[in-house]
Amino acid sequence: MSIDSAPTASATALDATSGAATRRDILHRLLMTLGPILAALVIAGFILLAVGVDPLAYYGYVLEKGLFSPLGIQQTLTRMAPLLFLAAGLIVAFRAGMWNLGGDGQFLLGAVTAAASAPMLVEILPAWPALICSFLIAMVVAMIWSLVPALLRAYQGVNEIITTLMMTFLGTSLANVLVKLVFRDPATTVPQTRTLPVEDRLPRLFDTTVTSGLLLGLAAIVIVHLVMTRTAFGLKLRIVGANPRAAVHAGLGVPGLTIAVFAISAGLAGLAGAVDIIGVQGNVRADWNPAYGLAVIPAVFLARMNGFAAIGFVFLLSVLSIGGESAARRLGVPNHFTLVLVSIVLIVLALAEYIDHRYNQSRKA
Amino acid sequence: MSGSSSSSVAGRDIVALEGVTKRFPGIVANDSVDLSIRPGEVHVLLGENGAGKSTLIGMLSGLQQPDEGRILVDGKPTPITSPRHALALGIGTVFQHMMLVPTLTVAENLLLGGPWWQRPRSEELETRVAEITSSLGITVKLHAKVSELSLGEQQQVEILRAMVRNSRLLILDESTSMLTPKGIEELGALMRRLVEQGLAIVFITHKLKEAAAFGDRISVLKLGRKVGEIPPERFRALGEQEIISEIVELMFGKQKDDPEAAQRPTRTIRADAVPLLQVADLSVAPTENAPGLSSISFDIRPGEILGIAGIDGNGQKQLAEALAGQRAATRGSVRLEGTAIDALSVGERRKRGLRYLTDDRLGEGTVGTFPVSINFFLKQVGAAPFWRSGVEQRAEIDRHAAELVREYDVRTPSLKTPVARLSGGNIQKVLLARELAEGAKVVIFNKPTYGLDLANTLASRQRIRDTAARGLAVLLISTDLEELLVMCDRVAVIANGAVVGTVENTDDARTRIGRLMIGLAA
Ligand SMILES: Nc1ncnc2c1ncn2[C@@H]1O[C@H](COP(=O)(O)OP(=O)(O)OP(=O)(O)O)[C@@H](O)[C@H]1O
Ligand SMILES: [Mg+2]
Repeated sequence: MSIDSAPTASATALDATSGAATRRDILHRLLMTLGPILAALVIAGFILLAVGVDPLAYYGYVLEKGLFSPLGIQQTLTRMAPLLFLAAGLIVAFRAGMWNLGGDGQFLLGAVTAAASAPMLVEILPAWPALICSFLIAMVVAMIWSLVPALLRAYQGVNEIITTLMMTFLGTSLANVLVKLVFRDPATTVPQTRTLPVEDRLPRLFDTTVTSGLLLGLAAIVIVHLVMTRTAFGLKLRIVGANPRAAVHAGLGVPGLTIAVFAISAGLAGLAGAVDIIGVQGNVRADWNPAYGLAVIPAVFLARMNGFAAIGFVFLLSVLSIGGESAARRLGVPNHFTLVLVSIVLIVLALAEYIDHRYNQSRKA
Repeated sequence: MSGSSSSSVAGRDIVALEGVTKRFPGIVANDSVDLSIRPGEVHVLLGENGAGKSTLIGMLSGLQQPDEGRILVDGKPTPITSPRHALALGIGTVFQHMMLVPTLTVAENLLLGGPWWQRPRSEELETRVAEITSSLGITVKLHAKVSELSLGEQQQVEILRAMVRNSRLLILDESTSMLTPKGIEELGALMRRLVEQGLAIVFITHKLKEAAAFGDRISVLKLGRKVGEIPPERFRALGEQEIISEIVELMFGKQKDDPEAAQRPTRTIRADAVPLLQVADLSVAPTENAPGLSSISFDIRPGEILGIAGIDGNGQKQLAEALAGQRAATRGSVRLEGTAIDALSVGERRKRGLRYLTDDRLGEGTVGTFPVSINFFLKQVGAAPFWRSGVEQRAEIDRHAAELVREYDVRTPSLKTPVARLSGGNIQKVLLARELAEGAKVVIFNKPTYGLDLANTLASRQRIRDTAARGLAVLLISTDLEELLVMCDRVAVIANGAVVGTVENTDDARTRIGRLMIGLAA
C-alpha cells in the first residue's frame, strides 16, 4: 500500500526541492510529517493499552534506553551506520523509479563476505588496506547479486519488485549456507564465521562506543544526496524515474542506467553489511538476519527520498529499534512492536496526505 | 453559418460562471470571468496560449475550484467538487492533454468510473459505441490498448468517452488539433446535430476558421480576462471574414486580413545537392493495433521541407521514431549526410545533428514535475556549458533558459515552475526552443504547431522556414493540410504505413494530396 502511494509522493517531493520551497511550505511539510507521527504514537498507545501494557511506560523505556541513557544513545548512533548506507542505496533506487526491495539479501551477502574476508586479510595486509579490500569485496558481491534483477528489468522489462524480493530470499539462504558450510569458524561450536579481533575493527569515535562507521554512513548519504540533486548523472537517474519514456526520447541509455542504479543501490547495501560486521559485530552467526533493509524503507519514504531528512528519520528509527528492544524485554511486548509502530505511522501519514488534499479542495469550493 | 438558434431551445443557461477568479502562484489564470453556456449553442472559447481557457474548463469539470466567484448549474449556485461530480451534473469534458489510462484497453477506459460494485456492462457499451462512431464517421479499436494508439486516435477515444456518458454539456478543449480537415468537418457537423438536440457545447480551438464555422457564440479571453463576446444574433449577422477579423482584433489588438493565408514558399533548392537525409526501404514491424512501416523511401536535400500528410495513426509516429532511433527497423537504411546511422542510438543520432520534435509533449517530450529550465536541456544532460565535469551549473542553465523563454515568448511564472503547470501551447514552445537549438542538421517536426495560438503558429512556421533556409533538411509531419501547403516543397502522403504518393507543392497540390488521401492516384 505504501508502495502505491509512493511514486506520487516522490514526484511532489522532487518539485518541492527544485521549486520555490517557501518557508510556509516547509512549515506545512513539517506539520504534515510530525503530526501523523504523534497521532501514530497515540494509536499505538491504545494498542498497547489493549494488550495490557502501559503505553507511557513503554514510550518511557524507549526514550530512556534509545535516547537518554549514555549507553543507549551510543548504541543508537552505532546502529545508524548500516541503516544510513541502506537508506543511501534506497534513495538512489527510488529516485530512479526502481524498487530495489532486495536490500536484505544484498546486506547479508555483503556482511558474510566481509566477515569471511576481513579476518584473513588483516593477517596478510596492514590494517587499513585490509579493511578497505574487505569493504570492496562486500560491495562487489552485493552488486553481482543485483545483476539478475537489473538485467531482467533493463532488457526484458521484468518487474523488479518481484525479482528483488525473490533474490532476497535466495540471498539470505545463500548467506546462511556460506556461514555454515564454507566460512564456518572451525574453532567454535556454534556455526559462525571467524571473528575479527576487536582491535582490527573500525575505530570507535573518541572515548565512546560509537563506531566510526557512523561517519562513513553519513558521508555516504550526503554524497548520494548531492549526486542525485546536483550532477548530470543524478539528473539522468531522476529523469528515468520520473518519466521513463522521456528518458528514451532524450536519448539516455536507459538499460545501462538501470544496471547502474541496481549496482549502486546493491553496492551500498553490501557496504551496509560490511560496516556492521567490520565496525560492530566482528562475525556473522548462522541465521543472523536483522532485516534492516525492510525497516529502512519507511524512513526513506517519510524523508521523501531527501538525504538530509533521511538522516533524521534513520536516527528516529534507530532510537525506536534500540529503545524498542529494551522496552520490549522489560514489558513483555513482542520485539516486533516497533514494526507495528512504524507501519501505523505510514498509514496515518497516507491518511493525512489524503485529508490534506481533500481539505485544500473543499476550502476553495 | 449556424443553423439552429438558441431561441428554439429557450435561452436559460445550463451552466453560468459569475465573476470566477482563479490564481496560481505568480499568475492570475482567470480574472473575474462571466460566461453563460446555453443549450442549443456551440460556445467557442478563444484566446492566446496561456489566456486561461483550460483553467476555466478545469473548474467546470471539477478538477479545480475557483478562488472567487461562483458557478451556477441550472441557475443554482453549485460548487463542482470533483470530476465525478461534474459527470453526475451532466458535464462531460475532453481535456487538452490525454487522460486515458495507457495500460488499459479502449473499452476498459470507456467503462471506467462506473460504480465499483457493478460488473462493467461491455455489451451495452459496444452497441452505444457503434451508434456514436457511425454517426461521427470514425472507427475506434475498442480492444486495442491505449498505449498502442496514436495521439489522434486517443483524441477520438476521448471524444467518444465524453459522448458515451450522455452529457448535457460537452466541453472540447482543442479536440481538433490532431484531426484531418475531413475529421474536423465531421466533428463540426456532429456538434451541430448535438446542439440541435438541445445539448450545450463549449469548444476551444486556435483555428479561427473553425470558430467561425462551428460556433454560435464566441467569447475571447486575454491574460485571464474576458475581453469580448460575440452573441449569436451578431454572429449570424456577420460573414466568416468579418468574424475572423473581429476575433483577431479582440485577441491581438491589430487588424489583419486572413492571417493564415501565407504565401507558398519560394525557396530554390539545388536539385544537384547531396541529400542530407536519405531513407531507403525503411520497414518497421506492425503491432496488433498499430501499423508498421512498409518500405518507405525518400530523400531530403539541404534547405528542403518535405511534408508528410495523412490521417493520424497511419504510421507517422512510427516513421518519426524509427528515424530518431526510438524504434527498431526491420529493414532498410537511414543515412545522414551520406553515412548510415542505423546502428546508432537515439543520443548518438542527436549528436550527429538529427532532431526530433515529438507530438507527445507531456508523455515523452518533457518531465512534467521538473522545472521549465531543466526541460529546455533535457536532451543535453551532462553537456557543457550546462554541466561541467558532471556538475550542474545552475547559473548557466538559468541564464540560457531565461534567454529561450524570452526568445520563444514562453509564458511562465518562473524558470522553476514545473513544466506541466504551463498551458499546453507554452509547453509546446519549450519543445520548439529545445529542438531548434544549434547543431541541428535534419529536424523532424511532428505537428510542430499543435496547440499554439495564431500568433505563435505563424512565428513557429517562420522559424521552421528559417531553419530550412539555413540549409537544414526538414521533415514536417502534420495532419493540417493548410500547414503543409504553406510550408513544404514536396508532400508525401502516408496511409497504412506506406507512402502512397509524393507530390510537388504546386498549385494543384491540394487536390492531388486529397485524392491520394482517399486512396486514388494523384
Ligand atoms: N496547475 C497549475 N499550476 C500553476 N499554474 C497553472 C496551472 N494551470 C495553469 N496554470 C497557469 O495558468 C495560465 C493559464 O493556463 P491555461 O492552461 O488555462 O491556458 P490556455 O488558455 O488553456 O492556453 P493554451 O492555449 O496554451 O492551452 C498559464 O499561465 C499557466 O501557466
Ligand atoms: Mg489549454
